[in-house]
Amino acid sequence: MNVGVVVFPGSNCDRDMFHVLSDVFNLNAQYCWHDKPLPDNLDAVILPGGFSYGDRLRAGVIAANSPIIQDVKKIAQKGLPILGVCNGFQILVESGLLPGVLLKNDSLNFMCEWTNLIVENNKTPFTNQFELNQKIPIPIANGEGRYYVDDETLNKLEEKNQIVFKYDQVVNGSLNQIAGVCNEDGNVVGMMPHPERAVESEINPQDNKPSTLIFESLLKKAGIEN
Amino acid sequence: MSLESRELEELKTKIGRDPTSTELQIVAAEWSEHCSYKSSKKHLKMLPMDGPLVINEKGYDSGVLDVGDGYVVTAHIESHNHPSAVEPYGGAATGVGGVIRDILSAGTRPIALLDGLRFGNIENDQHAKWLFKNAVTGIADYGNCLGIPTVGGEVEFDECYKNYAMVDVAAIGFGKKENLIKNHAKKGDLVVLLGGATGRDGIGGSQFASDSLETEDRSAVQIPDPFIEKLIIEAILEARNEQLIHAMKDLGGGGLSCAVSETADALDIGIEMDVDKVHTRESDMHSDEIMISESQERMLIVTDNEKLIKLQKICEKFRIECSVIGHVTFDNKMHVKKGETSIANISTDIVANATLLDLPSSKPVYLENIESTKQFPQLSDYSETMMKLLGSPNIASKIWVYGQYDHEVGIRTVTKPGHDASVLRLDNGKSLSIKIDGNPKQCYINPREGAIGCFEEACRNVVCTGAKPIGMLDHLQFGNPNDPEIFWTFLESLKGLTDFAKDFEIPCVGGKVSLYNETSDGPIKPTPVIGVIGLIDKKPLRIQKINSGDSLIMIGATKDELGGSEYSEYIHKFVGGKCPAVDFEESKKNMNSVLEIIENELIKSAHDCSKGGLAIAISELCMTNQIGCNISLEKIPGENLDSDKILFSESHSRYLITFENKNLQKLEEVLKKYNVSYSLIGEFIGNSIQFSNDSKPIIDLSVDKAQKTWFNSLREMVLRA
Repeated sequence: MNVGVVVFPGSNCDRDMFHVLSDVFNLNAQYCWHDKPLPDNLDAVILPGGFSYGDRLRAGVIAANSPIIQDVKKIAQKGLPILGVCNGFQILVESGLLPGVLLKNDSLNFMCEWTNLIVENNKTPFTNQFELNQKIPIPIANGEGRYYVDDETLNKLEEKNQIVFKYDQVVNGSLNQIAGVCNEDGNVVGMMPHPERAVESEINPQDNKPSTLIFESLLKKAGIEN
Repeated sequence: MSLESRELEELKTKIGRDPTSTELQIVAAEWSEHCSYKSSKKHLKMLPMDGPLVINEKGYDSGVLDVGDGYVVTAHIESHNHPSAVEPYGGAATGVGGVIRDILSAGTRPIALLDGLRFGNIENDQHAKWLFKNAVTGIADYGNCLGIPTVGGEVEFDECYKNYAMVDVAAIGFGKKENLIKNHAKKGDLVVLLGGATGRDGIGGSQFASDSLETEDRSAVQIPDPFIEKLIIEAILEARNEQLIHAMKDLGGGGLSCAVSETADALDIGIEMDVDKVHTRESDMHSDEIMISESQERMLIVTDNEKLIKLQKICEKFRIECSVIGHVTFDNKMHVKKGETSIANISTDIVANATLLDLPSSKPVYLENIESTKQFPQLSDYSETMMKLLGSPNIASKIWVYGQYDHEVGIRTVTKPGHDASVLRLDNGKSLSIKIDGNPKQCYINPREGAIGCFEEACRNVVCTGAKPIGMLDHLQFGNPNDPEIFWTFLESLKGLTDFAKDFEIPCVGGKVSLYNETSDGPIKPTPVIGVIGLIDKKPLRIQKINSGDSLIMIGATKDELGGSEYSEYIHKFVGGKCPAVDFEESKKNMNSVLEIIENELIKSAHDCSKGGLAIAISELCMTNQIGCNISLEKIPGENLDSDKILFSESHSRYLITFENKNLQKLEEVLKKYNVSYSLIGEFIGNSIQFSNDSKPIIDLSVDKAQKTWFNSLREMVLRA
């Protein structure tokens, strides 16, 4: 399975994601530099975390307007799995691939801490191996991670089952404790917490198994048993 | 900001003529205390710098340690005190940036940061609060953006830092030994300036830092741009992989003047450069400004014609500028031109090597009686005193600080901040443990024992993770060295560190001296900050949660050493008393016994006893594990002392070992083998922290209540208007 890891100037979780994909899950990961077209052999695309363009103007907004995003949109339309993590999620909402916005945390500070996610939708290519309401210990690390949409969109998100993850408690003031959403088709998923930081037991102070299911789900989707 | 008249005469004699204005600026920057270490260099030689794992190459700004299997770890420490005291956000951020480029210069990727922060009394000083808050944000914004985790550090408040800020940053790098830059150059090689444009920020910064802080010279403070730094890191590492770099140096204090002269001097070459070739932020910059600007995010690279094309391609990819500003010559001169006009032409040896001073020293008068002890009034309520200490700025949890730092990025952080030392996994299956420690309160009372104490405390912290100390970083921060009394405290600290380093065979792999740390209110207390790097060959101690019924052993004797303790100073407002002193023999056997019980997997956690004494250290275990304890003070190893001395003395070489009872026998076998003084002092049980002496209850605190105060008080202090 070929997974593209999109790298923008200022991305800084690309190497971590690459390591997890290739060394933990034995996938064929490849870096995709932002000013080159996306290779056409990809089976899935991940937009990793970091500070693309130094978070200038607003987190994710410059990257969302870079040429490679046009390619990402094309493959999104084809229904290929796309995951945006942290800054990747911010880029996906800024590019319109996902609804909503990510505002400054209500503490007004950057926050790095371990938290728990609750799986709200287990039909996406990144959650199909979870039980509904399953708990995932996972760290967050962001300054602009407070998810927000207007009431009308929220109703729609609920109706179409587009809320993928919620925090199990109030973390940063996110609307309805939303931590991750997907598009209507469910193939594009964005999440603020970092699964690549949670899948290895060595560095996970709690339980690494649940977060591995995010990647196992992708393998399942591709028909690969790990 | 210029040379002293004595130095000017010396320069004239050395070059046999009057210097040009550019030469004056270059030499003034390079002969500043900050760049030349002229007051301290003679003495720093006493520190042991070699060891079986140390790799020495010319021109490195960081220490290099061989960690086996073809990998190296690099380490360095720096401070940015003066700039942070004027503009805490930019000062602290550029402090981070500078030390990272030292790691990068060796050809290694920066993988971790630690920072030591010190300010005035934030409980009642609004300015100290402002400095603290903004320095933390500056560090967070810079390190987080780069994706280099800030994995540890320390925060301390003391009146001696009133109107001042101490921002120390240590950085750790990791890479393959074969990728280390072996600094070299041949005639005709090109000298390239890569990265951010040179602007009018940080003009004369190194001279500014080499004087006491009396004016707020904002133009001397550099402006941070972490995005450019991130691009530089990736571009340089790509260039390194393609072997395009012959030699490299970061631009820090003294800007181009320093980088060019020191590179030339280290490589025994000359460099001819043209200021017109330097890419600048403003078009009308004067040549002298270009030579001494300390604009950040710049690297000096020596390469050749052929490799330059590839280097330029890489810079294009990352959209960073790179200018060929000169070339290598063989006349050992630093020749600066503006177009065709020569504006400075001077031997690099003269520029890069200021005449070293041998300053006079004398024992400070204040030390004559300071170690005499004082009998404190009997405490009426120990629990209340404990609560006061748990909520005090120096003891309260620093989660408000490290919670703003990305400490997970890079996916190496095994042991996170908030524990004794941080642990990072390396690519060869080994782990690295790191900690920095300072203790100005103790160093003030006894500069020698205080400094040794910082060193031993940092060692204890890494030992608690199962790591053997393999290297030390020293950061020696004092006031004006021309004051013989201050210089005496510097020498005493240095001698103490040297004795410990030699005895324990821990080489000093990097360091920095920062002098002139004083304001119109006077000098700071002696503030050496010591970083210790430990290596774990097998598995680090995986800290396990303490359960009801688990037991607690204390290793190491508690002595009558309340001098410089939080208890003396915060509760009784008394500065003085007997400073804790390290007994080298006891220290060594205690360390070795702890390492062995960790290696034998006999324990759940090991915790060091330091600030606040054993009462605080045990409470920390209870609060982080959400469990009560029952401790008998009469069982604490050491002489028979009053309860407050047992509870709050900050004696060194002490460890708290938590374990499951089934391992008691095996544990005792090891401890007896090493003949350490130890004792089973209590167990974990219930919901309250309880201490008793001869069955008489002394302290009884609810864990919930203690936890709430300890976790929240620092944040509340900062946010309270």
